Amino acid sequence: MLAKRIIPCLDVRDGKVVKGVNFVGIKEVGDPVELAMEYDRQGADEICFLDITATHEGRGTMVDVVRRTAQNVFVPLTVGGGISSVDDIRNILRAGADKVSINSAAVRNPKLISEAAEIFGSQCVVVAIDAKRREDGSFTVVISGGRIDTGLDAVQWAKQVQQLGAGEILLTSMDTDGVKNGFDLELTNAVSQAVTIPVIASGGCGCLEHFSQVFEKTGADAALAASLFHFKELTVSQVKEHLRECGIPAR
Amino acid sequence: MIAIIDYGAGNLFSVKNALDFLGVESVITSDAAQIEAADALILPGVGAFGDAMNRLESTGLVPVIKQQVQKKPLLGICLGMQMLFEKGFEFGEHDGLGLIPGKVRLLNANGFKIPHMGWNSLNITQENAVTKNLAQGDYVYFVHSYMADTLPQYICATSDYCEQVTALVANGNVYGAQFHPEKSGKVGLSILKNFCELAQKGENK
Repeated sequence: MLAKRIIPCLDVRDGKVVKGVNFVGIKEVGDPVELAMEYDRQGADEICFLDITATHEGRGTMVDVVRRTAQNVFVPLTVGGGISSVDDIRNILRAGADKVSINSAAVRNPKLISEAAEIFGSQCVVVAIDAKRREDGSFTVVISGGRIDTGLDAVQWAKQVQQLGAGEILLTSMDTDGVKNGFDLELTNAVSQAVTIPVIASGGCGCLEHFSQVFEKTGADAALAASLFHFKELTVSQVKEHLRECGIPAR
Repeated sequence: MIAIIDYGAGNLFSVKNALDFLGVESVITSDAAQIEAADALILPGVGAFGDAMNRLESTGLVPVIKQQVQKKPLLGICLGMQMLFEKGFEFGEHDGLGLIPGKVRLLNANGFKIPHMGWNSLNITQENAVTKNLAQGDYVYFVHSYMADTLPQYICATSDYCEQVTALVANGNVYGAQFHPEKSGKVGLSILKNFCELAQKGENK
Protein backbone atom coordinates (compact mmCIF):
# COMPACT_ATOMS: atom_id res chain seq x y z
CA MET A 1 0.00 0.00 0.00
CA LEU A 2 1.19 3.50 -0.79
CA ALA A 3 2.62 5.12 2.33
CA LYS A 4 1.75 8.58 3.59
CA ARG A 5 4.92 10.63 3.41
CA ILE A 6 6.57 12.68 6.13
CA ILE A 7 8.76 15.46 4.78
CA PRO A 8 11.05 17.52 7.01
CA CYS A 9 11.89 20.93 5.60
CA LEU A 10 15.10 22.84 6.20
CA ASP A 11 15.50 26.58 5.73
CA VAL A 12 18.83 27.27 4.09
CA ARG A 13 20.49 30.67 3.85
CA ASP A 14 23.85 31.17 2.20
CA GLY A 15 24.49 27.43 2.37
CA LYS A 16 23.73 27.09 6.10
CA VAL A 17 20.63 25.84 7.86
CA VAL A 18 19.06 28.67 9.81
CA LYS A 19 16.31 28.72 12.34
CA GLY A 20 14.46 31.51 13.97
CA VAL A 21 10.98 32.32 15.08
CA ASN A 22 9.04 34.66 12.82
CA PHE A 23 12.22 35.83 11.13
CA VAL A 24 13.39 37.24 14.47
CA GLY A 25 16.73 36.13 15.78
CA ILE A 26 17.57 33.94 12.84
CA LYS A 27 20.80 32.10 13.46
CA GLU A 28 22.87 29.51 11.68
CA VAL A 29 22.46 26.10 13.23
CA GLY A 30 24.33 23.75 10.99
CA ASP A 31 25.25 22.14 7.77
CA PRO A 32 22.27 21.23 5.55
CA VAL A 33 23.96 18.06 4.32
CA GLU A 34 24.53 16.79 7.87
CA LEU A 35 20.97 17.59 8.90
CA ALA A 36 19.52 16.01 5.75
CA MET A 37 21.50 12.86 6.54
CA GLU A 38 20.13 12.89 10.08
CA TYR A 39 16.53 13.16 8.81
CA ASP A 40 17.25 10.37 6.34
CA ARG A 41 18.43 8.18 9.25
CA GLN A 42 15.21 8.99 11.10
CA GLY A 43 13.20 7.72 8.15
CA ALA A 44 12.25 10.91 6.30
CA ASP A 45 10.46 9.99 3.06
CA GLU A 46 11.72 13.03 1.29
CA ILE A 47 13.86 16.02 2.25
CA CYS A 48 12.87 19.56 1.40
CA PHE A 49 15.27 22.50 1.28
CA LEU A 50 13.81 25.97 1.26
CA ASP A 51 16.38 28.48 0.06
CA ILE A 52 15.85 31.77 1.88
CA THR A 53 19.07 33.31 0.63
CA ALA A 54 18.45 36.95 -0.05
CA THR A 55 21.35 37.73 -2.34
CA HIS A 56 21.98 36.56 -5.85
CA GLU A 57 25.59 35.61 -5.03
CA GLY A 58 24.46 33.44 -2.16
CA ARG A 59 22.20 31.43 -4.44
CA GLY A 60 25.10 29.60 -6.06
CA THR A 61 25.79 27.96 -2.73
CA MET A 62 22.46 26.12 -2.87
CA VAL A 63 23.60 24.21 -5.94
CA ASP A 64 26.62 23.01 -4.00
CA VAL A 65 24.46 22.06 -1.00
CA VAL A 66 22.17 20.04 -3.28
CA ARG A 67 25.10 18.33 -4.97
CA ARG A 68 26.66 17.28 -1.65
CA THR A 69 23.31 16.13 -0.28
CA ALA A 70 22.58 14.01 -3.35
CA GLN A 71 25.89 12.21 -2.82
CA ASN A 72 24.89 11.16 0.68
CA VAL A 73 21.12 10.98 0.90
CA PHE A 74 19.19 8.47 -1.19
CA VAL A 75 15.62 9.62 -0.80
CA PRO A 76 13.92 12.20 -3.03
CA LEU A 77 15.11 15.76 -2.56
CA THR A 78 12.92 18.80 -3.20
CA VAL A 79 14.32 22.31 -3.44
CA GLY A 80 12.28 25.51 -3.33
CA GLY A 81 12.75 29.18 -2.73
CA GLY A 82 13.46 31.83 -5.32
CA ILE A 83 13.15 29.53 -8.32
CA SER A 84 11.85 31.66 -11.15
CA SER A 85 13.10 30.34 -14.49
CA VAL A 86 13.67 27.17 -16.47
CA ASP A 87 17.41 27.74 -16.03
CA ASP A 88 17.04 27.88 -12.24
CA ILE A 89 15.16 24.58 -12.37
CA ARG A 90 17.72 22.97 -14.65
CA ASN A 91 20.61 24.00 -12.37
CA ILE A 92 18.98 22.58 -9.28
CA LEU A 93 17.93 19.32 -10.96
CA ARG A 94 21.37 18.86 -12.49
CA ALA A 95 22.90 19.25 -9.06
CA GLY A 96 20.86 16.23 -7.96
CA ALA A 97 17.48 17.49 -6.76
CA ASP A 98 14.55 15.31 -7.78
CA LYS A 99 11.88 18.00 -7.61
CA VAL A 100 11.70 21.76 -7.51
CA SER A 101 9.04 23.71 -5.76
CA ILE A 102 7.84 26.93 -7.39
CA ASN A 103 5.81 29.46 -5.46
CA SER A 104 5.62 33.18 -6.29
CA ALA A 105 7.11 32.70 -9.75
CA ALA A 106 4.28 30.32 -10.66
CA VAL A 107 1.71 33.00 -9.86
CA ARG A 108 3.64 35.73 -11.68
CA ASN A 109 4.29 33.51 -14.69
CA PRO A 110 2.03 30.42 -14.85
CA LYS A 111 3.67 29.42 -18.13
CA LEU A 112 6.74 28.47 -16.10
CA ILE A 113 4.77 25.47 -14.77
CA SER A 114 3.91 24.15 -18.23
CA GLU A 115 7.38 24.82 -19.60
CA ALA A 116 9.02 23.05 -16.68
CA ALA A 117 6.61 20.11 -16.96
CA GLU A 118 7.27 19.75 -20.68
CA ILE A 119 11.03 19.90 -20.35
CA PHE A 120 11.62 18.01 -17.11
CA GLY A 121 8.38 16.08 -16.59
CA SER A 122 5.50 16.75 -14.22
CA GLN A 123 6.99 14.44 -11.60
CA CYS A 124 9.58 17.04 -10.69
CA VAL A 125 7.36 20.12 -10.68
CA VAL A 126 5.88 20.94 -7.29
CA VAL A 127 3.81 24.11 -7.03
CA ALA A 128 3.83 25.62 -3.56
CA ILE A 129 0.63 27.42 -2.63
CA ASP A 130 0.51 29.67 0.44
CA ALA A 131 -3.12 30.20 1.34
CA LYS A 132 -4.89 32.52 3.74
CA ARG A 133 -8.48 32.34 4.93
CA ARG A 134 -10.86 35.06 3.75
CA GLU A 135 -13.73 36.39 5.83
CA ASP A 136 -16.23 34.44 3.75
CA GLY A 137 -14.43 31.18 4.55
CA SER A 138 -12.77 30.77 1.17
CA PHE A 139 -8.98 30.89 0.76
CA THR A 140 -6.83 33.41 -1.06
CA VAL A 141 -3.35 32.79 -2.48
CA VAL A 142 -0.59 34.94 -1.00
CA ILE A 143 2.95 35.23 -2.33
CA SER A 144 6.29 36.74 -1.42
CA GLY A 145 6.28 35.12 1.98
CA GLY A 146 2.72 36.19 2.69
CA ARG A 147 3.28 39.87 1.94
CA ILE A 148 1.20 40.06 -1.25
CA ASP A 149 -2.42 38.93 -1.55
CA THR A 150 -2.89 37.85 -5.16
CA GLY A 151 -6.67 37.69 -4.93
CA LEU A 152 -6.56 34.23 -6.51
CA ASP A 153 -8.81 31.60 -5.01
CA ALA A 154 -6.58 28.82 -3.63
CA VAL A 155 -8.82 25.96 -4.78
CA GLN A 156 -9.17 27.38 -8.30
CA TRP A 157 -5.43 28.04 -8.46
CA ALA A 158 -4.73 24.46 -7.39
CA LYS A 159 -6.92 23.17 -10.23
CA GLN A 160 -5.17 25.49 -12.65
CA VAL A 161 -1.64 24.43 -11.67
CA GLN A 162 -2.64 20.79 -12.11
CA GLN A 163 -3.92 21.59 -15.58
CA LEU A 164 -0.69 23.42 -16.38
CA GLY A 165 1.27 20.26 -15.56
CA ALA A 166 2.24 20.49 -11.88
CA GLY A 167 2.94 17.04 -10.47
CA GLU A 168 2.27 17.88 -6.86
CA ILE A 169 1.01 20.69 -4.62
CA LEU A 170 2.74 21.85 -1.45
CA LEU A 171 -0.06 23.56 0.42
CA THR A 172 0.77 25.84 3.33
CA SER A 173 -1.83 27.54 5.47
CA MET A 174 -0.60 30.98 6.47
CA ASP A 175 -3.21 31.01 9.24
CA THR A 176 -2.03 27.87 10.99
CA ASP A 177 1.67 28.12 10.13
CA GLY A 178 3.69 28.46 13.33
CA VAL A 179 0.59 28.25 15.56
CA LYS A 180 0.99 24.52 16.33
CA ASN A 181 -2.72 23.87 16.66
CA GLY A 182 -2.77 21.43 13.78
CA PHE A 183 -2.91 21.56 10.01
CA ASP A 184 -5.70 23.53 8.37
CA LEU A 185 -7.94 20.55 7.69
CA GLU A 186 -10.58 22.52 5.84
CA LEU A 187 -8.10 24.05 3.42
CA THR A 188 -6.26 20.75 2.92
CA ASN A 189 -9.49 18.93 2.23
CA ALA A 190 -10.80 21.57 -0.15
CA VAL A 191 -7.64 21.45 -2.25
CA SER A 192 -7.03 17.70 -2.13
CA GLN A 193 -10.59 17.06 -3.29
CA ALA A 194 -10.29 19.54 -6.13
CA VAL A 195 -7.21 17.97 -7.70
CA THR A 196 -5.99 14.47 -8.56
CA ILE A 197 -2.29 15.19 -8.01
CA PRO A 198 -0.75 14.57 -4.58
CA VAL A 199 -1.13 17.29 -1.94
CA ILE A 200 1.44 17.91 0.77
CA ALA A 201 -0.10 19.54 3.84
CA SER A 202 2.05 22.11 5.60
CA GLY A 203 1.75 24.56 8.46
CA GLY A 204 0.53 24.12 11.98
CA CYS A 205 1.55 20.72 13.25
CA GLY A 206 2.50 20.77 16.90
CA CYS A 207 2.15 17.19 18.07
CA LEU A 208 1.90 13.59 16.87
CA GLU A 209 -1.90 13.62 16.67
CA HIS A 210 -1.85 16.43 14.14
CA PHE A 211 -0.16 14.12 11.66
CA SER A 212 -2.66 11.28 12.02
CA GLN A 213 -5.48 13.83 11.94
CA VAL A 214 -4.45 15.34 8.60
CA PHE A 215 -4.27 11.89 6.99
CA GLU A 216 -7.48 10.61 8.57
CA LYS A 217 -9.58 13.69 7.92
CA THR A 218 -8.28 14.96 4.57
CA GLY A 219 -7.01 13.58 1.29
CA ALA A 220 -3.43 14.73 1.98
CA ASP A 221 -0.75 12.41 0.64
CA ALA A 222 2.11 13.84 2.67
CA ALA A 223 2.77 16.19 5.55
CA LEU A 224 5.61 18.65 5.81
CA ALA A 225 7.03 20.12 8.99
CA ALA A 226 9.98 22.34 9.71
CA SER A 227 10.37 23.68 13.23
CA LEU A 228 8.87 20.65 14.95
CA PHE A 229 11.69 18.46 13.67
CA HIS A 230 14.15 21.29 13.71
CA PHE A 231 13.79 22.01 17.41
CA LYS A 232 13.81 18.25 18.05
CA GLU A 233 10.38 18.33 19.63
CA LEU A 234 9.62 15.19 17.63
CA THR A 235 11.65 12.88 15.43
CA VAL A 236 10.48 11.58 12.09
CA SER A 237 10.60 8.05 13.49
CA GLN A 238 8.21 8.99 16.31
CA VAL A 239 5.76 10.36 13.76
CA LYS A 240 6.03 7.21 11.65
CA GLU A 241 5.45 4.99 14.66
CA HIS A 242 2.41 7.01 15.63
CA LEU A 243 0.98 6.73 12.11
CA ARG A 244 1.44 2.97 12.09
CA GLU A 245 -0.26 2.71 15.48
CA CYS A 246 -3.20 4.57 13.96
CA GLY A 247 -3.29 2.14 11.07
CA ILE A 248 -2.04 4.70 8.57
CA PRO A 249 0.44 3.22 6.09
CA ALA A 250 3.91 4.62 6.79
CA ARG A 251 7.32 3.50 5.66
CA MET B 1 33.26 -1.69 -13.32
CA ILE B 2 29.59 -0.97 -13.93
CA ALA B 3 28.59 0.86 -17.09
CA ILE B 4 25.66 3.25 -16.66
CA ILE B 5 24.34 3.59 -20.18
CA ASP B 6 24.04 7.21 -21.30
CA TYR B 7 21.61 7.81 -24.15
CA GLY B 8 20.75 11.39 -23.36
CA ALA B 9 17.78 10.72 -21.12
CA GLY B 10 17.21 10.53 -17.43
CA ASN B 11 19.02 11.43 -14.28
CA LEU B 12 22.15 9.31 -14.56
CA PHE B 13 23.95 11.07 -11.76
CA SER B 14 21.70 9.84 -8.98
CA VAL B 15 22.48 6.26 -9.99
CA LYS B 16 26.18 7.12 -10.14
CA ASN B 17 25.97 8.83 -6.72
CA ALA B 18 24.45 5.70 -5.21
CA LEU B 19 27.17 3.46 -6.69
CA ASP B 20 29.87 5.87 -5.50
CA PHE B 21 28.33 5.76 -2.03
CA LEU B 22 28.49 1.95 -2.13
CA GLY B 23 32.12 2.15 -3.20
CA VAL B 24 31.42 0.48 -6.54
CA GLU B 25 33.33 1.74 -9.55
CA SER B 26 31.11 2.94 -12.36
CA VAL B 27 31.21 4.99 -15.50
CA ILE B 28 28.49 6.90 -17.34
CA THR B 29 29.04 6.02 -20.95
CA SER B 30 27.65 5.64 -24.43
CA ASP B 31 30.84 4.04 -25.69
CA ALA B 32 30.43 0.47 -26.99
CA ALA B 33 33.98 -0.52 -25.97
CA GLN B 34 33.40 0.59 -22.36
CA ILE B 35 30.10 -1.26 -22.28
CA GLU B 36 31.80 -4.39 -23.62
CA ALA B 37 34.55 -4.09 -21.00
CA ALA B 38 32.14 -3.54 -18.07
CA ASP B 39 31.20 -6.27 -15.58
CA ALA B 40 27.56 -5.23 -15.63
CA LEU B 41 25.24 -2.68 -17.20
CA ILE B 42 22.64 -0.33 -15.79
CA LEU B 43 20.00 1.17 -18.05
CA PRO B 44 18.38 4.15 -16.30
CA GLY B 45 15.59 6.23 -17.73
CA VAL B 46 13.12 8.99 -17.10
CA GLY B 47 10.73 10.21 -19.77
CA ALA B 48 8.56 8.60 -22.41
CA PHE B 49 9.04 5.10 -23.86
CA GLY B 50 9.12 5.93 -27.58
CA ASP B 51 11.40 8.92 -27.24
CA ALA B 52 13.81 6.99 -25.01
CA MET B 53 13.94 4.01 -27.41
CA ASN B 54 14.61 6.36 -30.32
CA ARG B 55 17.44 7.96 -28.41
CA LEU B 56 18.88 4.59 -27.45
CA GLU B 57 18.65 3.36 -31.04
CA SER B 58 20.38 6.48 -32.36
CA THR B 59 23.39 5.71 -30.14
CA GLY B 60 23.79 2.42 -31.99
CA LEU B 61 23.97 0.61 -28.63
CA VAL B 62 20.90 -1.63 -29.01
CA PRO B 63 22.77 -4.53 -30.69
CA VAL B 64 25.65 -4.08 -28.22
CA ILE B 65 23.31 -4.35 -25.23
CA LYS B 66 21.52 -7.36 -26.70
CA GLN B 67 24.81 -9.12 -27.22
CA GLN B 68 26.32 -8.16 -23.84
CA VAL B 69 23.38 -9.47 -21.78
CA GLN B 70 24.24 -12.94 -23.05
CA LYS B 71 27.23 -12.83 -20.70
CA LYS B 72 26.74 -10.12 -18.07
CA PRO B 73 23.97 -8.76 -15.84
CA LEU B 74 21.86 -5.79 -16.84
CA LEU B 75 19.61 -3.77 -14.54
CA GLY B 76 16.94 -1.54 -16.04
CA ILE B 77 15.56 1.17 -13.76
CA CYS B 78 12.10 2.75 -14.12
CA LEU B 79 11.71 3.56 -17.82
CA GLY B 80 14.93 1.59 -18.35
CA MET B 81 13.08 -1.42 -16.89
CA GLN B 82 10.10 -0.84 -19.16
CA MET B 83 12.39 -0.73 -22.20
CA LEU B 84 13.51 -4.30 -21.46
CA PHE B 85 10.12 -5.55 -22.66
CA GLU B 86 8.91 -6.24 -26.20
CA LYS B 87 6.55 -3.34 -26.65
CA GLY B 88 5.52 -0.07 -25.05
CA PHE B 89 2.20 1.71 -25.51
CA GLU B 90 3.05 5.22 -24.31
CA PHE B 91 2.09 7.77 -27.01
CA GLY B 92 1.63 5.07 -29.67
CA GLU B 93 3.11 1.61 -30.07
CA HIS B 94 6.89 1.24 -29.86
CA ASP B 95 9.29 -1.67 -29.94
CA GLY B 96 11.36 -2.23 -26.81
CA LEU B 97 14.55 -4.23 -26.38
CA GLY B 98 12.61 -7.48 -26.16
CA LEU B 99 14.83 -8.96 -23.44
CA ILE B 100 11.83 -9.99 -21.33
CA PRO B 101 8.52 -11.14 -22.83
CA GLY B 102 5.72 -8.67 -22.16
CA LYS B 103 4.38 -5.24 -22.92
CA VAL B 104 4.19 -1.91 -21.14
CA ARG B 105 0.82 -0.20 -20.79
CA LEU B 106 -0.91 2.54 -18.80
CA LEU B 107 -1.84 1.68 -15.22
CA ASN B 108 -5.54 0.93 -14.69
CA ALA B 109 -6.35 3.88 -12.44
CA ASN B 110 -9.47 2.36 -10.85
CA GLY B 111 -10.04 5.69 -9.12
CA PHE B 112 -6.46 5.99 -7.85
CA LYS B 113 -4.16 8.92 -8.56
CA ILE B 114 -1.91 8.50 -11.59
CA PRO B 115 1.11 8.65 -11.58
CA HIS B 116 1.72 6.07 -8.90
CA MET B 117 4.09 8.22 -6.90
CA GLY B 118 5.65 7.68 -3.51
CA TRP B 119 6.80 4.88 -1.23
CA ASN B 120 5.07 1.56 -1.69
CA SER B 121 5.73 -1.84 -0.12
CA LEU B 122 7.03 -4.84 -2.00
CA ASN B 123 5.41 -8.26 -2.13
CA ILE B 124 8.28 -10.52 -3.04
CA THR B 125 6.97 -13.31 -5.26
CA GLN B 126 10.22 -14.91 -6.32
CA GLU B 127 13.64 -14.70 -4.69
CA ASN B 128 16.83 -14.21 -6.63
CA ALA B 129 20.28 -12.68 -6.27
CA VAL B 130 18.89 -9.14 -6.41
CA THR B 131 16.20 -9.67 -3.76
CA LYS B 132 18.74 -10.97 -1.22
CA ASN B 133 18.25 -9.36 2.24
CA LEU B 134 14.93 -7.83 1.22
CA ALA B 135 11.97 -8.40 3.52
CA GLN B 136 8.31 -8.67 2.59
CA GLY B 137 6.78 -5.22 2.93
CA ASP B 138 10.01 -3.26 2.46
CA TYR B 139 9.23 0.15 1.01
CA VAL B 140 10.67 1.54 -2.24
CA TYR B 141 10.10 4.78 -4.13
CA PHE B 142 8.00 4.78 -7.32
CA VAL B 143 7.15 7.44 -9.90
CA HIS B 144 5.43 6.05 -12.98
CA SER B 145 2.20 5.93 -14.96
CA TYR B 146 2.91 2.83 -17.07
CA MET B 147 3.63 -0.72 -16.00
CA ALA B 148 4.89 -3.98 -17.47
CA ASP B 149 2.40 -6.75 -18.19
CA THR B 150 4.33 -9.95 -18.14
CA LEU B 151 4.15 -13.60 -17.11
CA PRO B 152 4.44 -14.46 -13.39
CA GLN B 153 7.65 -16.37 -14.06
CA TYR B 154 9.44 -13.08 -14.81
CA ILE B 155 8.04 -11.18 -11.82
CA CYS B 156 10.04 -11.14 -8.57
CA ALA B 157 8.04 -8.49 -6.70
CA THR B 158 4.83 -6.52 -7.00
CA SER B 159 3.26 -3.58 -5.16
CA ASP B 160 -0.40 -3.04 -4.32
CA TYR B 161 -1.80 0.15 -5.76
CA CYS B 162 -4.61 0.57 -8.26
CA GLU B 163 -3.77 -2.98 -9.31
CA GLN B 164 -0.88 -5.40 -8.72
CA VAL B 165 1.96 -3.28 -10.05
CA THR B 166 4.96 -5.10 -11.51
CA ALA B 167 7.84 -3.87 -9.35
CA LEU B 168 10.85 -6.17 -9.89
CA VAL B 169 11.45 -8.46 -12.85
CA ALA B 170 14.15 -10.89 -13.93
CA ASN B 171 14.92 -13.08 -16.91
CA GLY B 172 18.33 -14.73 -16.75
CA ASN B 173 20.94 -11.97 -16.67
CA VAL B 174 18.35 -9.28 -17.17
CA TYR B 175 16.87 -7.52 -14.13
CA GLY B 176 14.49 -4.60 -13.91
CA ALA B 177 13.13 -2.34 -11.17
CA GLN B 178 10.07 -0.20 -11.84
CA PHE B 179 10.90 1.86 -8.75
CA HIS B 180 14.04 3.93 -8.19
CA PRO B 181 16.51 1.93 -6.06
CA GLU B 182 18.80 4.98 -6.09
CA LYS B 183 16.05 6.95 -4.30
CA SER B 184 14.76 4.17 -2.06
CA GLY B 185 16.98 4.66 0.97
CA LYS B 186 18.64 1.64 2.57
CA VAL B 187 16.40 -0.89 0.80
CA GLY B 188 17.26 0.57 -2.59
CA LEU B 189 20.96 0.68 -1.84
CA SER B 190 20.81 -2.95 -0.80
CA ILE B 191 19.21 -3.89 -4.13
CA LEU B 192 21.93 -2.02 -6.01
CA LYS B 193 24.57 -3.65 -3.83
CA ASN B 194 23.14 -7.11 -4.59
CA PHE B 195 23.23 -6.35 -8.29
CA CYS B 196 26.82 -5.08 -8.12
CA GLU B 197 27.93 -8.16 -6.17
CA LEU B 198 26.38 -10.31 -8.85
CA ALA B 199 28.48 -8.43 -11.37
CA GLN B 200 31.66 -8.72 -9.33
CA LYS B 201 31.23 -12.44 -8.80
CA GLY B 202 31.03 -12.77 -12.53
CA GLU B 203 28.61 -15.63 -12.05
CA ASN B 204 26.93 -14.86 -15.29
CA LYS B 205 29.96 -14.69 -17.53
